[in-house]
Amino acid sequence: MSNRLISWFKYASPQSFYPLAGRMIPWFWALTAVFGVIGLWVSFFVAPTDFQQGEGYRIIFIHVPAAWMSMFLYVVMATWAGLGLALNTRLSGMMAQAIAPTGALMAFLSLWTGALWGKPMWGAWWVWDARLTSALILFFLYIGFIALQAAIDDARRADKAGAILALVGVVNVPIIYFSVKWWNTLHQGSTINLAKAPSMATTMLWGMLLMALAFWMYSIAVALTRVRAIILEREAHTEWVKDLNEVKA
Amino acid sequence: MNWGSPAEFFAMGGYALYVWGSFGVCAVLMILEPILVRKRQSSILRILRRERQAEILENP
Repeated sequence: MSNRLISWFKYASPQSFYPLAGRMIPWFWALTAVFGVIGLWVSFFVAPTDFQQGEGYRIIFIHVPAAWMSMFLYVVMATWAGLGLALNTRLSGMMAQAIAPTGALMAFLSLWTGALWGKPMWGAWWVWDARLTSALILFFLYIGFIALQAAIDDARRADKAGAILALVGVVNVPIIYFSVKWWNTLHQGSTINLAKAPSMATTMLWGMLLMALAFWMYSIAVALTRVRAIILEREAHTEWVKDLNEVKA
Repeated sequence: MNWGSPAEFFAMGGYALYVWGSFGVCAVLMILEPILVRKRQSSILRILRRERQAEILENP
């Protein structure tokens, strides 16, 4: 137990996390490729045509994973930010900062693919419906977090201000999730419900889950790459950075 | 197999604009983001190497 605690704290320092992240990144890229290729294959060649939506429904194979990741990444980002605020650890703020742009990308993709699905199916690119509006607010929260951090020169103070924003914004995540239940929305109910059997063909479900895994692995790979850059930027004047092989080379 | 020919595949049953508009933008952004992040990494490394060189030149 004590051993595990020690190694946990060891990797909480940027100095030891930097090489660890470097070793993990190729594995997450490999998993992204494997899940992505199989997921795309299932999405286009295995999953049958939808009897109501024709081939247009295939957009959900990226729409749902992007929407899930946009919410999940927000919670992870806020958790890191909160940990940084509570424990004052250096790495936490860097992790939150590294996740934000990828989360914003996922939020944008969920809105973009949603609009491209909405036009042929609903007849409108956009409606001010509870699900869509709360998803748009999530995108703005990411943008706000990034802009606020960029506006404060001192990195540690930027982390603290960003953490408050991120934590307050968490309230929006359950609102997005339950919006289709709480309000009468145009958006359909959740595709996957833990309480009842999925209402879609098994192969469609598999395609979606594989694509979700691919998006997940992608997010981890990109966030880890970005956190390495952030570590170098913030720790530029420390001895361990100057002693790195890639700096000496 | 859902498609009789490549043309049928690209037509997406009349939803080509929407399906390829979604997958296309998604692919472009998910290729662009890692490139930009890697650029950020290499630019900070370049700065660090230059600073190290400067230090060596100043204190031989």
